[in-house]
Amino acid sequence: MASLRNYLDKIRPNFEPGGKLHALHSVYDGFETFLYTPRTTSAPAGAVHIHDSIDSKRTMIIVVLALLPCFLFGMYNTGYQHWLALGATSFPFWELMIYGFLTILPRVAVAYIVGLGIEFTFAQIKHEEIQEGFLVTGIIVPMICPAEVPLWMLAVAVAFAVIFAKEVFGGTGYNVLNIALVTRAFLFFAYPAQMSGDKVYVATGTPFGYGTALPDGFTGATPLGQIATQSGPSLELLGLDGKIIDTWQAFLGLIPGSFGETSTLCILIGAILLLATGIASWRVMLSVFAGGLFMGWIANTFASPVYPASYLNPLDQLLLGGFAFAAVFMATDPVTAARTTTGKYIYGFLIGVIAVIIRTYNNGYPEGAMLAVLLMNCFAPLIDYCVVQANMRRRQARLTSKTARQ
Amino acid sequence: MCWIVQIFGLLDLRIFDKKCLTLPIISQLHIQSMNLRIRKGLQLNIKGAIPAGARICDAPAAGVYAVIPDDFTGFVPKVAVKEGDEVAAGAAVLFDKAHPAVKLVSPVDGRVKAVVRGERRKILRVEIEPCAISATAARPAQVSASDPRTLLASSGLMAMMRQRPYDIVPNPESTVRDIFVTAFDTAPLAAKEATEGLSIFTADDFEAGAALLGKITEGKVYLCHDSSWSFGAVKGTEDVSVEGPFPASNAGVLIANIAPVNKGETVWTLDLATLGRIGRLARTGEHCFDTIVAVTGPEAVEPALVKTIIGSAVAPILKGHMPDTERHLRVISGNVFTGVAVNPADGFLHAPYRQITIIDEGDDVNEFMGWASLSPAKMSESRTFPGHFFRRLFSPDARLNGGRRAMIMSGQYEAVTPMDILPEYLVKAILAHNIEDMEKLGIYEVAPEDFAAAEYADTSKLPLQKIVREGLDYLRKELE
Repeated sequence: MASLRNYLDKIRPNFEPGGKLHALHSVYDGFETFLYTPRTTSAPAGAVHIHDSIDSKRTMIIVVLALLPCFLFGMYNTGYQHWLALGATSFPFWELMIYGFLTILPRVAVAYIVGLGIEFTFAQIKHEEIQEGFLVTGIIVPMICPAEVPLWMLAVAVAFAVIFAKEVFGGTGYNVLNIALVTRAFLFFAYPAQMSGDKVYVATGTPFGYGTALPDGFTGATPLGQIATQSGPSLELLGLDGKIIDTWQAFLGLIPGSFGETSTLCILIGAILLLATGIASWRVMLSVFAGGLFMGWIANTFASPVYPASYLNPLDQLLLGGFAFAAVFMATDPVTAARTTTGKYIYGFLIGVIAVIIRTYNNGYPEGAMLAVLLMNCFAPLIDYCVVQANMRRRQARLTSKTARQ
Repeated sequence: MCWIVQIFGLLDLRIFDKKCLTLPIISQLHIQSMNLRIRKGLQLNIKGAIPAGARICDAPAAGVYAVIPDDFTGFVPKVAVKEGDEVAAGAAVLFDKAHPAVKLVSPVDGRVKAVVRGERRKILRVEIEPCAISATAARPAQVSASDPRTLLASSGLMAMMRQRPYDIVPNPESTVRDIFVTAFDTAPLAAKEATEGLSIFTADDFEAGAALLGKITEGKVYLCHDSSWSFGAVKGTEDVSVEGPFPASNAGVLIANIAPVNKGETVWTLDLATLGRIGRLARTGEHCFDTIVAVTGPEAVEPALVKTIIGSAVAPILKGHMPDTERHLRVISGNVFTGVAVNPADGFLHAPYRQITIIDEGDDVNEFMGWASLSPAKMSESRTFPGHFFRRLFSPDARLNGGRRAMIMSGQYEAVTPMDILPEYLVKAILAHNIEDMEKLGIYEVAPEDFAAAEYADTSKLPLQKIVREGLDYLRKELE
């Protein structure tokens, strides 16, 4: 360890002003602070002398850890759906995992290289430290897209989101919209053919030459995709093997869908980690689910054949599609969520309600969670504004009542 | 727009919030005593507390004492003495530019050794060498207790108090709504003996002090203490018994939970030692500068209570308590939240003169991937660290433990701020220099120290106390 420290100290002069690699000082700082806790100490006066051990690196890494169960399950499920589509009857675990891993690896790599590259560049231009926000975004993005989203599209979308939704606002902590969802929305609206419909959610290719390719034009719709095209009151969701998907299967997540968001079980494991460590707000998470259940119940109570998704029972609304993933990992993004305590309940509840409204009453969008979170991202400052005004009015009222008494 | 605000106003009746304070109803009726329970805050377990039953020992006499005007925020110093002048204990050495009646006084009989100035001739401190003085030495002003404001101003005791708004040395002419005396200290490693000035002050001193302050305020003199309070009810005060973690003993927190400061009102605050000194002066005419300092901290050798004189050089106090080590140490005059780092060789005791904390500086440590550490020795309010779950004693150092970031996590400041204030929004209003919002969000109620707990817990490592101090100064400059 000492030799690493010595090496870092030795190459440091190159990155200081006047050094030949000064243009890369943010990269150097980024790696140094990653490897060693910075030695910066508190100011001698007018500040606290001790600081909590938590920093934003640890905060972000906990979120990445919480995403890992979903990621691993995504690898398995990608392979599983592929094998299922091939008509296989046995599902060798490691082959499935390797297939899924090889499929997602280039997507993760592209997301990180493009996103972090832009972050490093901006940090360099602004003479700031590199911020950790993209550590989470970079892994979330491939998880909320179909497993085989074309790499160049992913690159364009990530670049768009990082530059126009984050860096132009000032970087991590200043963005209004969730970066991962902006990436997803960009892909969804710019390349609808590759991002929706029944052709994209089952991996068909042979990543790095591994596995057996499926025939061109293979179709395998997600449950929500099936619902959107359903007519009549009988609602049967079928897996690729033609068997009915029940609530249990939807919970486990062995269904077609975006890479990392099918398994509510794994999402739940992530949620437990986030809540146990206190990194995510339980207020937001709880109220998203409450909102989804509430609106799901209303939709179900007034079910009508015009809106086939209204036949889903409220619990299935939470289990299918990206709802749970959005509730646990998207809505709880502290930067884009409401920041006041009261605001968090309102913000979360409305996300749940709107997500179900969109997927139920708008047949054009089988998935509503993404748009619901983005919409409420826009309204979060307004919600906070109202809560802050209430605090201000309490203070004003105190003064007024006091003056009146005298 | 208006109706939306109305609806949210109804929602914000704290039905969702877990009720953080059990407030007794404060009516206009005369209440003799009240209880206050504060739940939000920080309970830090730091190594190096004063052991129970510790004896108080006298520090060796210091060769030099200092009056440091920076300790008295808002006091703009003008020198009243020259180098070589002889001064008696209690004689003025500095006076305030805006209110010349307000003085800072010498704590000892002696000779002015130096008026130390920094950049742009700013007065850093007046150093006084103790010695026998002649009859021509400057003496304390003789003021009768029937003129309490002049007595406090001329004796240097007014400078030891603070006023809300702005958390500055009080304007001696202000109309004072109430006066709050803090008789306990919830800061890490604070010692009850030092806070109460054990063996220095008596109940008579506190009563005399309260009587004098009662002549200044139109309202009440609140005496806020915790359950370990040794003196019983003090005549002339409203007795408030407070329970809770840091920052429960901050005057701002107490005021906010007892009788919040509104725009246009002025409240004075002081600690118990100052009340004792006021009482002693009013009762006997004696200028008392004795103080008990708790020498504490994870690096302190044998934490102890030391009796000394305010403004003393720290070297004699630290004798026998400094570890023999190559590591960099930080000696803080005060507690880990609001103290001032001093040089152990030639530094001085800073106000409020009751604690010294010795911790590791930490700038000589190589911690590999500290952000990923699972060590139970890492102190944190966050449940991501195993140490959070153990009732163990920690040895924190002075590192920020991370890089400065924009505000990312929400609710962190609120969780440790037991006031009806939205700290995050107040800080943002200050950073934006938005005076209207600062006022509406309650800037008149706060002092920098009220943000110390939030500054400690902050993931983004923002210098909140500094921001609030600058905000208060900016507001005062704009409005006065």
